Amino acid sequence: MAIAAIELKNITKRFGKVVANNNVCLSAYKGEILSLLGENGSGKTTLMNMISGIYYPDEGQILIDGNEVVIRSPKDAFDHKIGMIHQHFKLIDVFNSTQNIVLGLEGEKHFSFKAAAKKTVLAVSRIPKNILRFFKSLVKTVKRIPRFPYFVAKFFKSAAKAVCSFFKSPEYAWHCLKTAAKTISEAYQTIMCPGYLKRAEKAVLEISKQYGFDLDPNKKIYEMSVSEKQTVEIIKVLYRGADILILDEPTAVLTPQETQKLFAVLRNMRDDGKAIIIITHKLHEVLSLSDKVAVLRKGEYIGTVNTAETNEAELTEMMVGKKISLNINRSEPKDPVDRLEVKNLCFVDSQGVKKLDNISFTAKSGEILGIAGIAGSGQRELLESIAGLQHVQSGEIIYHNPKTGEEDELCGKSPIKIRELGVRLSFVPEDRLGMGLVGNMDIVDNMMLRSYRKGKSMFLERKKPRNLAERIIKDLEVVTPSAQTPVRKLSGGNVQKVLVGREIASSPTVLMAAYPVRGLDINSSYAIYNLLNQQKESGVAVIFVGEDLDVLIELCDRILVISSGCVTGIVEGRGADKSEIGFMMTKANGGFSDGEQ
Amino acid sequence: MFDKVFPFINSTICTAIPLLFGAIGEIITEKSGNLNLGIPGIMYMGGISGIIGGYIYEHYSSSPSTFLCVTIALLASLIGSLILAFIYSFLTITLRVNQNVTGLALTTFGIGIGNFFGGSLLKFFNEPGKSISIIKTGDGFKASLPFASKLGVFGDTFLSFGFLTYLAIIVAILASLFLNRTRKGLNLRAVGENPATADAAGISVVKYKYFATLTGGAIAGLGGLYFVMEYLGGAWTNDGFGDRGWLAIAIVIFAIWRPALAIFSSFIFGGLYMLSIYIPGLSSSDKELINMLPYVVTILVLIITSIRKKRENQPPASLGLSYFREER
Amino acid sequence: MESSKKHLKEPLIHITRRTDIPRVKAWCIRLVAIIASLVVCGLVIVLISKYNPIEVYEKMIDGNFGTKRKVLNLLKGTSALLCISLAVTPAFKMKFWNLGAEGQVLIGGLASAACMHYTRLQFGNSISSWQLILLMFATSVVCGMIWGVIPAIFKAVWKTNESLFTLMMNYVAIQLVGFFIAKWVPTGSGVMGVINLDTKCGWLPDVFGEKYMFNVIVVAVLTIVMFIYLRFSKHGYEISVVGESENTARYVGINVKKVIIRTMLISGAICGLAGFLIVSGADHTVTKNLAGGMGFTAIMVSWLAKFEPFMMVFTSAFIIFLQNGSSAIAMKLGLNKSVSDILTGIIIFFIIGCEFFINYKINIRAKQKEAK
Repeated sequence: MAIAAIELKNITKRFGKVVANNNVCLSAYKGEILSLLGENGSGKTTLMNMISGIYYPDEGQILIDGNEVVIRSPKDAFDHKIGMIHQHFKLIDVFNSTQNIVLGLEGEKHFSFKAAAKKTVLAVSRIPKNILRFFKSLVKTVKRIPRFPYFVAKFFKSAAKAVCSFFKSPEYAWHCLKTAAKTISEAYQTIMCPGYLKRAEKAVLEISKQYGFDLDPNKKIYEMSVSEKQTVEIIKVLYRGADILILDEPTAVLTPQETQKLFAVLRNMRDDGKAIIIITHKLHEVLSLSDKVAVLRKGEYIGTVNTAETNEAELTEMMVGKKISLNINRSEPKDPVDRLEVKNLCFVDSQGVKKLDNISFTAKSGEILGIAGIAGSGQRELLESIAGLQHVQSGEIIYHNPKTGEEDELCGKSPIKIRELGVRLSFVPEDRLGMGLVGNMDIVDNMMLRSYRKGKSMFLERKKPRNLAERIIKDLEVVTPSAQTPVRKLSGGNVQKVLVGREIASSPTVLMAAYPVRGLDINSSYAIYNLLNQQKESGVAVIFVGEDLDVLIELCDRILVISSGCVTGIVEGRGADKSEIGFMMTKANGGFSDGEQ
Repeated sequence: MFDKVFPFINSTICTAIPLLFGAIGEIITEKSGNLNLGIPGIMYMGGISGIIGGYIYEHYSSSPSTFLCVTIALLASLIGSLILAFIYSFLTITLRVNQNVTGLALTTFGIGIGNFFGGSLLKFFNEPGKSISIIKTGDGFKASLPFASKLGVFGDTFLSFGFLTYLAIIVAILASLFLNRTRKGLNLRAVGENPATADAAGISVVKYKYFATLTGGAIAGLGGLYFVMEYLGGAWTNDGFGDRGWLAIAIVIFAIWRPALAIFSSFIFGGLYMLSIYIPGLSSSDKELINMLPYVVTILVLIITSIRKKRENQPPASLGLSYFREER
Repeated sequence: MESSKKHLKEPLIHITRRTDIPRVKAWCIRLVAIIASLVVCGLVIVLISKYNPIEVYEKMIDGNFGTKRKVLNLLKGTSALLCISLAVTPAFKMKFWNLGAEGQVLIGGLASAACMHYTRLQFGNSISSWQLILLMFATSVVCGMIWGVIPAIFKAVWKTNESLFTLMMNYVAIQLVGFFIAKWVPTGSGVMGVINLDTKCGWLPDVFGEKYMFNVIVVAVLTIVMFIYLRFSKHGYEISVVGESENTARYVGINVKKVIIRTMLISGAICGLAGFLIVSGADHTVTKNLAGGMGFTAIMVSWLAKFEPFMMVFTSAFIIFLQNGSSAIAMKLGLNKSVSDILTGIIIFFIIGCEFFINYKINIRAKQKEAK
């Protein structure tokens, strides 16, 4: 078998106590597309970041074409012809595509007499053809005269050095002469040519043509759609001469048509002999595009299979693994009634990407409704829409008020309006310190974030929040020096306890929690599960967005599965099949968008 | 009529040049994402260091040569402004201190140094007199093209300037070429727009920020030097430079961060600054209103650009923020 | 292989952000910075004056506390600077860079002077001093508010860069003052002169038999009010939340635009008050240089005090101490009094520079080769 374009051997990476990658081995070959498959948090992106120079592995080796290499920075990765297209584009908005593509590159390093001679001949042959053009270029040349002195100085310096060292060290003299010659070419290029950008533009167009991209080299990034931006990122990598391309969930932001176009381009690149690694969750894409599939699960390498010899069921099982028992308590829901009804909710974000597509479900009191999905499938947008933080385009959110028995429409209302309606909605956001809490404030002050407005007085009432803080610290066993400690100094688990504690303290009727156990150790996680269960038992409608399927299956009464902003199914938590959920999570757009029973 | 117009044009140019130096310096600095509010201080420093250099040379040399006078004053000025620019760079880039506070402190410091040495230099050398005046150096800076005086009004109006005037225009053009036409300029703009992206593209953010702030400081310092040498003819008056440093920052906004437009804008601002003197029959209150114009116009430009939201006309996106890689 | 080997070199110094520095240690770092800055200042003084720095520092102390008049001067300066510092603080806490305090103070002063000038023309002596003072107070505060809120509205609605906007507003204010002085002073000298010198109408009365005491008392009360406002009021709480994270503010339903505009109204009002105090309580006239750069110094005072009103008492007193002390030594030694600006600059550089060592940790790596 041929030597792998890139081979990873026993790569291990830890972040503190968490092992992100454990002993991973992986190979990618030229002229092949390798899919990297795995659940959220299985360590795919971490692994790829080690190849592209963002992280440095704690253990293990990286081999390129059979040689061991060290990659410490993105620049090292470029030098080894590795290019990565990140999920979040690294582009400068006010530059056009060409400027972004050449950003950070040095000037042309290799001077070839042949090319220069060719160019000169071409330039000369043009003179008789078009005298007008010659004069035009002459005017342009005059415009660039201010740059002459630099080149003249550089040329004479090198030439002088060459003369001085001619007898002492002929080799050095030769080197200096070459520098002098290069200076002339440089001067020629910068002064005669319309600039490096024009040349880059040409190259960009050539690459576009070669692989079938459609890109305007002069279009500014801020005028572009997401798929165009992605194209710029890919060409940027190709322009730098990458032979190994890594794409991190490239299709997450694309429409089906754009995805098809991208795949066509990727196949072209494969046929051109590039090694391509693509991270994706969507099984049908894996099957239609890749030659091989490598699967990671919880940081471990599970195996690589040939796409032609596998099927969706096998891949899903490799990805999610066998069911593990967690022993989370789950009580039977007590007389559930409809509490929150979401009907045909649609949301398009500021980038114009459809994040929620016709979402409908009902959350009942006294039960935990789990939401399962690949990260970025619209979970955050869904919760924020319900909490009144997003302006949804269409749909209804109906709250059944247990006190008055009335139905309130929450759609289009601000968080304050919702509260004024008497809707007791609590929300534990994903971004704890950036949204749910203020890091630099102490626990007491964070307690009153939601409630400080109460009362007519101009002044804050700190007594109740202080008592609440103390109660939470005691009841939830928050480890902190005092209630006056800024929350940013607490550990992740304790920060989460403070946040969940505050949200529960307002005795909600609906409690939404986004990834409440992310980054927490096992004990803290169980503490959070217990809190959610208590709420459920006291009749709260709990909505739990999670990433670990085992947890979702053991904790939730029902599980709503979403994929790319669509509902792909609702299953009962008891007796749910992990592979089935995994399969629904990776389903293509609109598979069962009206699949509610 | 014409007897007023030509002197007006002449003094407009004289007023515009220090502003142009300051504005170009600030544009280059701001393009790297550093909002250097210490530019007024740096311009004072550039002026006073030139004076000190020239004074010391004239003081110790029995027959000072004009060429050396100019060279020494120029070098001293560059060193002075570079020192201040370095203080700013070190504090904001390496130590990541708040840029506004550092800049304002730098302005206090620079103006303090200017006025202190301006007032006490003679005392240090035990010379009588109150104000410094170094005619020889001043003359060196004022020396115009030899044929200028033979060209009548035209020569007097447009060619009667020292070399710094032409240097200002050349520097502005070079800055424009550098920012828009070279790779390094592109990289610099990228640093000011989005340092994290620039860093990922392999550009050394720290190096570019230092380079831009130091170069910008040196250029701005020349504005101060021009003012004391050519405008005042080698003399120093305390607070004589006035608020021109802030006006230079206003030009940066007015020129929407473009050096080529800065040439044009500084002439407009210079004209507005001088206009009240040359319009006959103005009451002194009207003069004050006319002097208000540059600032009002700048505010209008700032408002209009922010309302129109045209991306090319906005300040560099990371202006005023310090960059720390590990906070990505 | 060759090229890859060289990348093995670890950077010698690695900087990380630190979040948990004991308070004592942080204050130790600041103390060291202040001592270092005083040493550098001493060196500078020796270099330029060839006097013994200790003697110079003694003279500085003497220049501030030597006579009752000097102490009063210190109080007067401190109260003015503190008042402006208190004004800019709420905006800064919200991360709104108000560099326009200078202009807001000027406009407040101008309004006060205008009241004095026009009532003298209109009513002569028929208006009582207290009526006039109330009128001056009200107009100054309103004018300061207007001057402060204009940039805030644009910031809130169109995100116009507030630091550049407020900076420019300063110079509009300066020219406006020039305009009115030229209108009011028919001689064209451009100097207003003391207004109501004969009647002392609109002058703040002496308290405890001392001039300026009224100002001191007002500012002392203001300091306490500002402390309570920032610490215990709902508004102050909203300001902190908006300053820390706009996302959190959105999450809890704070109207960010409203908070920005309201806070700048308060900031401008206090600046107007400062202008009123300077005109009514101290200068009794208006000049283009009324604020004397204090609008900028106040920013540094507020920053050095970490936005704590009571700390600002010390920082502003310290800066005025430096300025008065330096003018004292300048007088004694026959030097230029701008030396105070130089010293202030050096001390501020050290104090703001030392924050780096509080916020970041420098790890110097031992020369160890990392395992492959």
